[in-house]
Amino acid sequence: MKMHTLEREVVLSVQNVKKVVSGRTIIRNMTFDVRAGEVFGFLGPNGSGKTTTIRMLVDLVRPTEGAILICGEDVNRRPERALRHVGCIVENPEMYPFLTGWENLEHFARMLPDVRPERIAEVARIVHLDHRIHDKAKTYSLGMRQRLGIAQALLGKPRLLILDEPTNGLDPKGIRELRAFIRELAAQGLSVFVSSHLLGEIQLLCDRVAIIARGEVLATGPVERLASRAVSYTVWQFDRPEAGRSLLARSEAVRLVREDGHRIDDSALAALPGAIVTEMDQGTIPEWIRRFTDEGIGVEAVHRTAPSLEELFLKLTEGETVG
Amino acid sequence: MGNWFALVQNEVLKVWRKRRFAVLVLVLLVLIPIFVYAQMKIAHGDAVKFTDWRSVVQQRIADNMNALASDRIPEEWKRWKRALVQQLQYYLDKGINPDSPNAVTFTADFLANAVTLFIPLMVLAIASDLVSSERASGTIKMLLTRPVRRWRILASKLVALTLYVSLVIPTTALLCYLISGLAFGYEGWGAPVFVGFRLHGTAIDTSLVHAVPQGVYLLMEMGLVWFSAMTVAAIALMVSVLLQSAAASLVTMMAAVISGTILASMASSWHSARFLFNVNLNLPAYLRGTPPPIEGMSLGFSLAVLAVWGIGALAAAFAVFTKRDVLN
Repeated sequence: MKMHTLEREVVLSVQNVKKVVSGRTIIRNMTFDVRAGEVFGFLGPNGSGKTTTIRMLVDLVRPTEGAILICGEDVNRRPERALRHVGCIVENPEMYPFLTGWENLEHFARMLPDVRPERIAEVARIVHLDHRIHDKAKTYSLGMRQRLGIAQALLGKPRLLILDEPTNGLDPKGIRELRAFIRELAAQGLSVFVSSHLLGEIQLLCDRVAIIARGEVLATGPVERLASRAVSYTVWQFDRPEAGRSLLARSEAVRLVREDGHRIDDSALAALPGAIVTEMDQGTIPEWIRRFTDEGIGVEAVHRTAPSLEELFLKLTEGETVG
Repeated sequence: MGNWFALVQNEVLKVWRKRRFAVLVLVLLVLIPIFVYAQMKIAHGDAVKFTDWRSVVQQRIADNMNALASDRIPEEWKRWKRALVQQLQYYLDKGINPDSPNAVTFTADFLANAVTLFIPLMVLAIASDLVSSERASGTIKMLLTRPVRRWRILASKLVALTLYVSLVIPTTALLCYLISGLAFGYEGWGAPVFVGFRLHGTAIDTSLVHAVPQGVYLLMEMGLVWFSAMTVAAIALMVSVLLQSAAASLVTMMAAVISGTILASMASSWHSARFLFNVNLNLPAYLRGTPPPIEGMSLGFSLAVLAVWGIGALAAAFAVFTKRDVLN
């Protein structure tokens, strides 16, 4: 009985999946589960096997080994059953430009069991596209096409929504709206699988995350837990940077981080002239400020960088470039 | 799931909304009047030169006989000319004008001439990008991630294609009839046409020749044109599945069709060329008793060759479409 409820929890189950394309192993031993109502992040640099994995989830690509189950149905053996529970956008939301938004939705509704016109109107309203739904899709902006894609994905009331790099090409406002929208859907019990190569994106959006590189899962877990394994930095700014640096350098408990040794965004550091990046116990910061004051060094600012998945990611992938 | 009707409706709608059929009708509306005008000029010239159609036919027989006497004409041509003379003589003896111009003869002639190039071209305009355009635009990813088996999606495309081919041919015939009727009059449905010519070596076997009303003849012709158009459609569907780009698949198919007409005019000594689909497209020629481009070809032979090509192409298309990974 307990087993049964546990199985119902898992909406998507990827089990030991391997993919070989013309002699090259692209995906090796991919295993993870996505549960009902959670936003699951799929994080990896471009070329790490993200897209191939997503394509295997929706039967565009057949795994060489292993199985992918959606609501207990094998996607590759019974796609007509398994895919009923899935709405997806693989890469860009491609729609027929010569049809209107409504006709596009109708087109995909015809491929699902009983979707009524009321449902089409409903999903158009959910994605705030109802006022333009009868215009040709070729007149839509990228953001609108994205929303039409999501409307299409929601048509059949899926239990799992798969979004491949959903924020690509969206402006900051669009990204914020999408984020809120995805959280809202998850709150209603929908599982959302989101891939991205942007760590900040995943951190903001997801409950759990799988980090992949070179076709393998490096780590899976709640975002917070993984993030806590990542380093966080303390960044100092002094009126006399050299003096401050030498004082910090004398301590055993402080590690000075060289310019190429950290992963803080360059543009963020550019706003902090003369910043000294350190790794240290952040509980000792007040004590350090007292010491600097005693030495006659003015502390202009201290910043604590939030623990970043990017740091963790780079640790796990040993410096493979992101993006 | 998506029931069959809904899937076919999708595919028919997409072709329609891409304005493919509208463009074809437009092309026909431009082309047919040109041919009607040319035909009118010919008929007018003949009427001035010969007051009697018999003398026209006799003149044509005489021309062909002259050609036969020449040493410079290759043997294949002579065989064809000899058969033609025999056929013309038959019409003359029976007292039937083979060229009596009316809307029905014009339509039959147009279809007979269109079957090797123009009809295939119209079919390709619809068939060539059925699958490759979905791939090029990326919509294939939407189409194949819906809970419908892949073979059903391709089958619905095939049904839609069949519907359009079955619409293109009557539309062509209807437009021909309506437009040419303005010039030649709308009669001619009942005029007798001879069918059943069979070629045995150099001689035409007329033992099975009988007259059918021209309307019936036109229907028979349309049936044969449909068959050869469907073969082209099936092969185009396969090419559309195999090739990534819509342009590449259109060019490939056009090259195949055009090379067929070139081969037909010069392949008489290359016997195995008769197994190529593209030299077998001219099925109405058998009705008219025109000698085939390569010896040993007959209506039954051509139908069989086309059927094998068509079924083979569909088998390949389904095998690849249902198995292949969609990687881009």
